[in-house]
Amino acid sequence: MGEKVLMKGNEAMAEAAIMAGCHHYFGYPITPQTEVAAYMSKRLPKIDGGVFLQAESEIAAINMVIGVASTGKRVMTSSSSPGISLKSEGISYLAGCDLPALIVNVQRGGPGLGGIQPSQSDYFQATRGSGHGDYHMIVLAPASVQEMVNLTFKGFDLADKYRMTSMILADGTMGQMMEPVSLELGEVKNYDKSWALTGTKLERKPNIVNSLFLKPDELEVFNFNRFDRYKTIEENEVMYEEYKMEDAEICIVAFGVAARVSQNAIDAARAKGIKVGMIRPITLWPFPKKPLLAAADKVKAFVSVELNMGQMKEDIELATRCKKPVLLANRTGGMIPTVENILAKIDEADKI
Amino acid sequence: MDFKDIKRVTIFAGHYGSGKTNIAVNYALNSSAAGNQTVIADLDIVNPYFRTKDASTALSKKDIKLISSPYANTNVDTPALPAEAYSVIHNKDNYAIIDVGGDDRGALALGRFSKDILAENNYEMLFVINKYRYLTADAASTVEVMHEIEDACGIRFTAIVNNSNLGDETTAQNVIDSLSYADEVSEITGLKVKFTAVKEDIAKTLLNKITDIMPVKIYVKQFLS
Repeated sequence: MGEKVLMKGNEAMAEAAIMAGCHHYFGYPITPQTEVAAYMSKRLPKIDGGVFLQAESEIAAINMVIGVASTGKRVMTSSSSPGISLKSEGISYLAGCDLPALIVNVQRGGPGLGGIQPSQSDYFQATRGSGHGDYHMIVLAPASVQEMVNLTFKGFDLADKYRMTSMILADGTMGQMMEPVSLELGEVKNYDKSWALTGTKLERKPNIVNSLFLKPDELEVFNFNRFDRYKTIEENEVMYEEYKMEDAEICIVAFGVAARVSQNAIDAARAKGIKVGMIRPITLWPFPKKPLLAAADKVKAFVSVELNMGQMKEDIELATRCKKPVLLANRTGGMIPTVENILAKIDEADKI
Repeated sequence: MDFKDIKRVTIFAGHYGSGKTNIAVNYALNSSAAGNQTVIADLDIVNPYFRTKDASTALSKKDIKLISSPYANTNVDTPALPAEAYSVIHNKDNYAIIDVGGDDRGALALGRFSKDILAENNYEMLFVINKYRYLTADAASTVEVMHEIEDACGIRFTAIVNNSNLGDETTAQNVIDSLSYADEVSEITGLKVKFTAVKEDIAKTLLNKITDIMPVKIYVKQFLS
């Protein structure tokens, strides 16, 4: 482990992206992710071939991402909830064109302009793809600044590997908090990009990057193929972490900042003699269905801890086939569940 | 350190996330403890998440007036300067502590007051540095940030504050390892290191190893417990 440095979550994602070989960034400022753009504006002009561009809008930025992604170069954009809604059309086009890119969403309270305080209420939007059409993004949910570094690096790798969009789904707290991190990330893996638009030099047939297929049978093949790839991802790329699950009778499911508060709640509950553990999804898509289904045979109840109205709760119920009740400990609008909020639900679950 | 003879205006500026706000709050409390009628102005219009207002209870207990944007710590994301900030500059009976936003972007807001501060000529502008921040990890890049800030606000720094820390994980050794870095910044710029800011618990173990140490409490939380 190399020497540690003190970084803010937003900066950590930006630096990790640069280390992953992403030298093109397009964005538009919005709290609480503006530091990503600010950091890129300082760093990228100092890198040979680096491009930082503050677009005139989120829609322009995502279309610039499509342009660079078409050339096979690593590219990213970042925003917060309302900005991601604006980008969603472009995200659908990225999927339709099978282009790799990284998108960061540092969520704030919604709907509408909402507020600037942390939220996880874009869970549905992220895990269901954001825009129109049949597609998914790989959705990564960091719970520490170190994980924001590692998952950004990994997100680019997965995007290239499967020719699709990765999203870092963070929240205002994660983006703003400062923690010591190591920036030792290893080698950047290179993937075949013979599909990229790099100029034929009159030596090969032109490549075409396109999402318009007017023949329905042709479009259907693309969609089937894409979902075959998604199946591979669901089998191979699920990431999660277990905390004190060995003897747990109640299983908390939480990601990001909610998982950090939950960990404190679990320790407090165990001090009272209640056996609680946690499964923390790190990939929200693919969702850790198998470990949750396995846990359903061991625990008497699940508690979903979220900064929204219970969006992930539905995925837990689906993954566990509703074998055990799933309770919800949630706050919304920019509020973070307290240890007491979670303990109250644990007590309720303990009575089942 | 003697806070009795500090300048009428003390300005804290530096790289984004260098810890300016927390140092400014500690400095204001020390100034007040020395008997100075002290006010603190939060000119950070860049980051609405972490504000001097986090320390408002500690400040008000000591009768230190806090001037911050009416929108600070609310959900209103408006980069507005507090109207009262002008009184800090013009009311010369007070000792003013000014907490400036990070980098050149944050320092731009200070430029509004530069002419008056320079005309009064009773100020100190302290450059807060942290070796453990990635973009100011060496002296050369730290000095680059310093010049960007000076160009943005139109005032030159008068001294350096070494606030090198790794947050909750800071050790006494981390602080000791940062001294040569601070000296190097000092050598390049010709500015003295006014003091090294160290968390109270660690400061106890370093009192006879570092001259001009300022023990600090953490009022502005950048972390989640």
